Amino acid sequence: MLHPILFFVFATLCVAAAVNLLAQKHPINSALSLIVVMVSLSVLYLLLGAEFVAAVQVIVYAGAIMVLFIFVIMLLNAGEEEHTHGSRVALLLGLPAVSLFAGLMVWVLGRRPGGAHLGEFLGPTKEIAHLLFRDFLLPFEVTSVLILIAIMGAVVLARREP
Amino acid sequence: MVPISYYLVLSAILFGMGVLGFLVKRNVITLFMSIELMLNAVNLAFVAFATQWNALSGHVFVFFVMVVAAAEAAVGLAIIIAVYRTRQTLNPDRVDLLKL
Repeated sequence: MLHPILFFVFATLCVAAAVNLLAQKHPINSALSLIVVMVSLSVLYLLLGAEFVAAVQVIVYAGAIMVLFIFVIMLLNAGEEEHTHGSRVALLLGLPAVSLFAGLMVWVLGRRPGGAHLGEFLGPTKEIAHLLFRDFLLPFEVTSVLILIAIMGAVVLARREP
Repeated sequence: MVPISYYLVLSAILFGMGVLGFLVKRNVITLFMSIELMLNAVNLAFVAFATQWNALSGHVFVFFVMVVAAAEAAVGLAIIIAVYRTRQTLNPDRVDLLKL
């Protein structure tokens, strides 16, 4: 009985924060809304039995990536966004197209005969570690190289030209 | 018991909002946040399917998506800083010249 209540509370919170992300003019408010989205998504991951993913979501996304975002917003002193002719056209054309797309997806996915139930499947971190370091060892090493290249690229790109 | 399809519907709604934000927002940093929102929606779909098919590799894929998102955020924000230094603006409509 607790599962549907928690799901609906946090799904509503998630969608409301996403709407707030779109509605806010100042980027810092959008960033804070995105943190709310990520934390409520991590609660949903816990409901799905993905404890490792929930922890990584809070630590990496809400912790590291959003700190980077807020740091850049503060560094660049980003103000309110200005609207141009192009953005009004994008709103006029994009809103119907995206709502059509989302409605179609909801229609197709909502008709799926409900598969698994919740609370039955827990992915222990130990098994994820076995998968990650045995079956997915090569992709894991490749992503570590990717992170290394990203660090070097960020340093080179953000460096002030002498 | 919540059916998996509810999670997929939530994922579709979040993805649509990310696409909408990417189309209508006029601030490069907010565009980046919309991309992160789309990646989060895809992660939710991955975890939901992992629960449905009892396959843990969905969780591993979410891990990889997060790693790529972190790399993308680091490089993208560095590019934003570099663009802001030369153009003094964050509006993508004003960044339309290849050469200053």
